[in-house]
Amino acid sequence: MALLSKKDTSLILDPLTDNNPITIQVLGICSALAITAELKASIVMAISVLFVLGVGNVVISLMRNIIPSKIRIIVQLIVVAALVIIVDQVLKAFAYELSKTLSVFVGLIITNCIIMGRFEAFALGNGPWKSFLDGIGNAAGYGVILVIVGFFRELLGSGTLMGYKVLGDPIAKTGLYSIGYENNGFMLLSPMALIVVGIIIWVQRSRNRALIEEN
Amino acid sequence: MLEHIELFFKSIFIDNMVFATFLGMCSYLAVSKKVTTAVGLGAAVIFVLAVTVPLNWLLDHYLLADGALSWLGPEYADYNLSFLSFILFIATIATMVQLVEIVVEKFSPALYNSLGIFLPLIAVNCAILGGSLFMQSRDIQTFGLAFNYGLASGIGWFLAILTIAAIREKIRYSNVPPPLRGLGITFIITGLMAIGFMSFGGMLTGGEETEEAVEQTTAGDKTIDESRPTAAETKELKKEELEKQEVSYNDALNQ
Repeated sequence: MALLSKKDTSLILDPLTDNNPITIQVLGICSALAITAELKASIVMAISVLFVLGVGNVVISLMRNIIPSKIRIIVQLIVVAALVIIVDQVLKAFAYELSKTLSVFVGLIITNCIIMGRFEAFALGNGPWKSFLDGIGNAAGYGVILVIVGFFRELLGSGTLMGYKVLGDPIAKTGLYSIGYENNGFMLLSPMALIVVGIIIWVQRSRNRALIEEN
Repeated sequence: MLEHIELFFKSIFIDNMVFATFLGMCSYLAVSKKVTTAVGLGAAVIFVLAVTVPLNWLLDHYLLADGALSWLGPEYADYNLSFLSFILFIATIATMVQLVEIVVEKFSPALYNSLGIFLPLIAVNCAILGGSLFMQSRDIQTFGLAFNYGLASGIGWFLAILTIAAIREKIRYSNVPPPLRGLGITFIITGLMAIGFMSFGGMLTGGEETEEAVEQTTAGDKTIDESRPTAAETKELKKEELEKQEVSYNDALNQ
């Protein structure tokens, strides 16, 4: 028996492209934009969300029959908050510098709409295994966009990737800089994150015309 | 007094929640299709921020921060409970929102009808939790300043959603490339607005940086000023065209 049926595979793969949480469902934008000036921060953020959403979806799915529907939002928030505290403490212990860069945005995973959105839309109505796959898939779709934005912003903005100078040294004028290339410092400012995501949406929708909105 | 005024304008324009820190983007994008709903949500955000930020300030100051428990006695002075702040802040916010919803429903059905549907949305709005977390990380000193910060951040968010809703209502008549329609163009407009808001950064800088800042501000203003008349002009042109058509139509009828 295959580990993943066809339906299970689509639960993971759909959010990566045609049902992407950021570009199609419009969930989880806040953190996606604020921390993508460096590739490293984007990757850490993506992994944190993967953990919180995967585990959180399973927990909510297991509890779905005993949560009274009136107070379900508070219950969900408490579950997420507990998971996020774990992530925050781990980051502070093992990657202190990075946790300073991410500052309040680790805490803001709690109110990341992807998480509440998936709890409401999926985990409350499906079993734990499916919810786990759905959580992993959506977090991965979120992570893909984060990494793409982080990649372009760091490469064009400071000429580095993960801190390594891939385009040469801007001060010693080596590599690409020897022929007059300059870093575009504007890419590091926050407004450019919005415009980069806008361009990603543009590319994606012109490749798949079915996704185009009315106005 | 001066620090109150400074914080107020700084929170509205320079550290604008949407344009500088991208908080509350989800509801900002989802609920900005019409001006009326945008105003409802914006008002609710102002209200909830102005209530929860001071409340969480009290929690932070007398329960969570390093040494905050010293009012209980000297033996409690070493406790630092700040790792609990996420869960306590979000619990406060969720409870407050629920409480506000119940009270408003009881005492003012009219307000509930216009504000009510947005209240559950607000519990999970990053702007609200972000307001409390920034209050904590920026180390705001007094209760009054915390209230001021909450109120001003809310007003900043309100301004942002009001502007984008107005622009989105107008942009329906423009010829946007099909793949960019809807979400894509909203992102790009927000990016341009954020660049415009960056020019407010010159407001509070003093000394040598002032010159450069002033230049930036005027440049920002110019683009805005230029764009506005053109929009108005095109509108007038359209009107004139319409009137001409009507006249000719009437004329044709009379003849």
